[in-house]
Amino acid sequence: MSTQASNKQPCRLGSGGVIDRTQTRSFRFDGKRYEGYAGDTLASALLANGIRLVGRSFKYHRPRGILSAGPEEPNALVELRAGARREPNTRATVAELYHGLEARSQNRWPSLAFDLLSVNGLVSPALVAGFYYKTFMWPASFWEKLYEPLIRRAAGLGRAAGHEDPDHYEKAFAFCDLLVIGGGPAGLSAALAAGRSGARVILCDEDFRLGGRLLTEKREIDARAGSEWIADALAELASMPDVTIMPRSTVYGVYDHGIYGVVERVSDHLPVPSAHQPRQRAWRINARRAILAAGAIERPIVFAGNDTPGVMLAGAVRAYLNRYGVLPGRQAVVFTTGDDGWATARDLAAAGASVSAIVDPRREIDSALTLLAGKIGARVITGVVASASGGRALRSITVREASGREHSIPCDLLAVSNGWNPTLHLTSHQNTRPVWDESIHAFVPDALPAGLAVAGSAAGRLSLAQALEDGARLGAEAASACGFTPRAEMQPPKTDPESLGLSPVWRVKGGKGKAFVDFQNDVTDGDIELAAREGFKPVEHLKRYTTLGMATDQGKTSNIAGLAIMAEQTAKTIPQTGTTIFRPPYTPVAIGALAGHHRARDFRPTRLSPTHDWSREQGAVFVEAGPWLRAQYYPRPGESDWLTTVNREVRAVRSTVGICDVSTLGKIDIQGADAAEFLERVYINGWKALPVGKARYGLMLREDGFVMDDGTTSRLSETHFLMTTTTANAGKVMQHLEFCHQVLWPDLDVAMVSVSEQWAQASIAGPKARAVLQGVVDPQHDLSNEAFPYLAARAVTVGGGLPARLFRISFSGELAYELAVPAEQGEAMMRALMAAGAEHGITPYGTEALGVMRIEKGHVAGNELSGQTTARDLGLGKMMSSKKDYVGRLMAKRAALVEADRPIFVGFRPVNRSERLRAGAHFIGIGKAATMENDEGYMTSVAYSPHLGHWMGLGLLRNGQARIGERVRAFDPVRNGDIEVEICNPVFLDPEGARLHG
Amino acid sequence: MRITCPYCGARDAQEFGYLGDANPQRPDGMDATEAAMHDYVHLRDNPAGRHRELWYHGAGCHAWLVVTRDTRTHAIEAVEVARKTKAGAAA
Repeated sequence: MSTQASNKQPCRLGSGGVIDRTQTRSFRFDGKRYEGYAGDTLASALLANGIRLVGRSFKYHRPRGILSAGPEEPNALVELRAGARREPNTRATVAELYHGLEARSQNRWPSLAFDLLSVNGLVSPALVAGFYYKTFMWPASFWEKLYEPLIRRAAGLGRAAGHEDPDHYEKAFAFCDLLVIGGGPAGLSAALAAGRSGARVILCDEDFRLGGRLLTEKREIDARAGSEWIADALAELASMPDVTIMPRSTVYGVYDHGIYGVVERVSDHLPVPSAHQPRQRAWRINARRAILAAGAIERPIVFAGNDTPGVMLAGAVRAYLNRYGVLPGRQAVVFTTGDDGWATARDLAAAGASVSAIVDPRREIDSALTLLAGKIGARVITGVVASASGGRALRSITVREASGREHSIPCDLLAVSNGWNPTLHLTSHQNTRPVWDESIHAFVPDALPAGLAVAGSAAGRLSLAQALEDGARLGAEAASACGFTPRAEMQPPKTDPESLGLSPVWRVKGGKGKAFVDFQNDVTDGDIELAAREGFKPVEHLKRYTTLGMATDQGKTSNIAGLAIMAEQTAKTIPQTGTTIFRPPYTPVAIGALAGHHRARDFRPTRLSPTHDWSREQGAVFVEAGPWLRAQYYPRPGESDWLTTVNREVRAVRSTVGICDVSTLGKIDIQGADAAEFLERVYINGWKALPVGKARYGLMLREDGFVMDDGTTSRLSETHFLMTTTTANAGKVMQHLEFCHQVLWPDLDVAMVSVSEQWAQASIAGPKARAVLQGVVDPQHDLSNEAFPYLAARAVTVGGGLPARLFRISFSGELAYELAVPAEQGEAMMRALMAAGAEHGITPYGTEALGVMRIEKGHVAGNELSGQTTARDLGLGKMMSSKKDYVGRLMAKRAALVEADRPIFVGFRPVNRSERLRAGAHFIGIGKAATMENDEGYMTSVAYSPHLGHWMGLGLLRNGQARIGERVRAFDPVRNGDIEVEICNPVFLDPEGARLHG
Repeated sequence: MRITCPYCGARDAQEFGYLGDANPQRPDGMDATEAAMHDYVHLRDNPAGRHRELWYHGAGCHAWLVVTRDTRTHAIEAVEVARKTKAGAAA
């Protein structure tokens, strides 16, 4: 192979790789246009174009290049896309190249090549470990104004878009017998073994192409190229109906009972999602068994200048050569502490690069490897790389031989290999810790989450033969465990030989310049030594003090070196020093994917009343009431503001008749021989004596003695009640009643069901209400005051025999009825009532007018049922029965709840009647300072009464009932309100109830 | 988590609401003392290990369930229908 001398992709090899050279992909990086191929990542395309400087580091703004070829990348973070779709901190090594991709480097100002803030590197003594804690401590007031903005400008990763995300995300669920995590040789073997038995298998791989490391290595299986084995495996899996392959899908978390969190990047490889497709899909996969076959991550070595662009992991170099057909450097040196790095020298030479030296500190090297070095003309140096230099691009390295002699070697690529860490992150999501395996010098999984097995490199079994063997064995075992019969074992495939000797070197001391442990957080070996000196020795302290292992990569390439240096400082071993535990997510997951469709207006479903369309026709303005949309008011042409409209609606009800949808109230049907007894126990007042055909107001408490909810409950027969609840508490009350019945008193013969959605209900209120109803209710039902008195509740028929229920109850204080019909008849009911009321000028009214009239009548509602008020506070203490037990009875007697100076429900009117009242205003004694100590309660509800011609308010005032006639300040600092109000009876209108009984 | 509802089968925990310890028994009746009620309302054990607790299948059959769960591992040992076990009835 030789490099193509094309101007367009100067570092692209003439052949090879699993890219599609017929599919050119044009893209922009920092505004400049380049070309790559389908199958490239942004990183491989940048390297193909000879771009090696891709970002600036977090703290010191040092030039950084591409370190890896996978999800572990700490350096090559870019802002992907533009405008509202801009996504910061995208790893170029996993961003699939698409036509028109736009990316910008991060953390540089004004430009990538010339970054003014790189002077941070010169003042670095101020930025060592713990610098936040040390430098910016004093004075405190400087934090907000000076330090924080400065730090935010200088440090920090990419910029968020700052606009609403235009894309959609969704959630999905799946069930399987076996979930295979990772589609390399181990994962594919596992899926094949289980799939052949007939088990339902899902195989997820975070990559867009399956094959794992086999894609990046020149390996043979059964004497054929690895790529052919992958193709055969994928073809066989595709033929199995119960096997699902999910590429671009990262398993990011392991949860209880076999639940796995997966994010599928449905459209991230496209400029914009296709029509009706989400950008990403968050899966919750329920798997009876799972196999983790996530491979391993190669480790860098800590030496001076090890972050210079051009220093790259040896395995990543092979990935760029073999998978992407890209030559990451022409004049290379390999620095390896194990046999694995030598393969990189071999592949580089085969691709036409000059490999001037292989630096390996081990004294004994397999002769096959040294023979190879001779063949490719590489010098073998027993020693280490002490430093790398070149600034924005690697120019040379300094080698220190075993004798201590140092000399310089010019090169533009340094491939580094220091062994591999099993990708075991998911195994510790259930709080189990990995253990140190001395044979491979790495942590390996120990205790595992239930149902999860680990295969191949992820288990620390790093050879290809072990991966294939583990996958086949564990796949078959998983299938058996799920009740399937795996096929008789076939002969495991034969692989070409490989050697895995390793003697890792964690760091090389004494080089000139900074030596980085954590590239993403700019943590140096010096920072770890400093942490040790200052006593931050336990790993969890080390992490927080130095920021080692934080941010988007969570230390995938840095944790072990950090531990090793700390171990050295404290004269301990690595396993004695310990390891931090991994938590979900394995790689960053967008909040949008987790939220799915649940955002903005779709955060929860919007519920519409059965009469919604009718209200809209009437020109209603709607308001959210719990999950519902309710008609707030019905403006008419010429009405300048909402208050004009609401005043008209209130006057219409008080003078003639109005109609209001009350379908959203909770309705619970309660039946059984013990139904009355059940109500006795959940309400504070009595129910056994309620006659059939009558309604009664009821109040229920929580067991702690505070009010839970109120409503009207009607007795339809001896054993049949219909309870209503407030709109907001309908679900909560239903759950409470079911608790009371099923858990507290299962012996009671009672059953209940929510019928909130089954009935449409309208309130018809005003002096002409009876006349209107007489036009709708069938004539055999006598609606006269004598036959159908206040609080009557009975089944009737309407419109010639349609079933309905009629209740004579009133929230407005007027002669009023509520008529209920089956929900699907709701609209017809409204139209019939409007038609019947036309001659009386019937007026639709909304929740605002309803609120004005209930305040005029001093009824409590949601603002007063705040969860902090007792029945006594609300002036309803007399309802509390002393003859029976009920929920909340004893706790309501607590001393603090019956104190005289508790805030008590009373009414208020402005002393100067022209002044406006504000809900939320606090009551302060006249002449007293507006302080917390002088706070005597607050205004809960206010409204303008067109009837009284001034504002009125309800509120909770310390010992209020005894202070009627006094004056207090209504202090409202939020809206600069401070007026005198007069304490009064909360019933502003018709306290005798004459209108009600009319 | 997955909870096996005796009526509906194994369901995602998102379908259920949680109430806590199933052991406290409500001191019913007019003879109950304020002290006993105080304990019932406020006092809960918080064991590291086996825990009998109340769950409500609100997005399913509306049954109140007594789930025996290990609070350390979330392993579920048993799921019973509260109404049948009379979780709160045997004072």
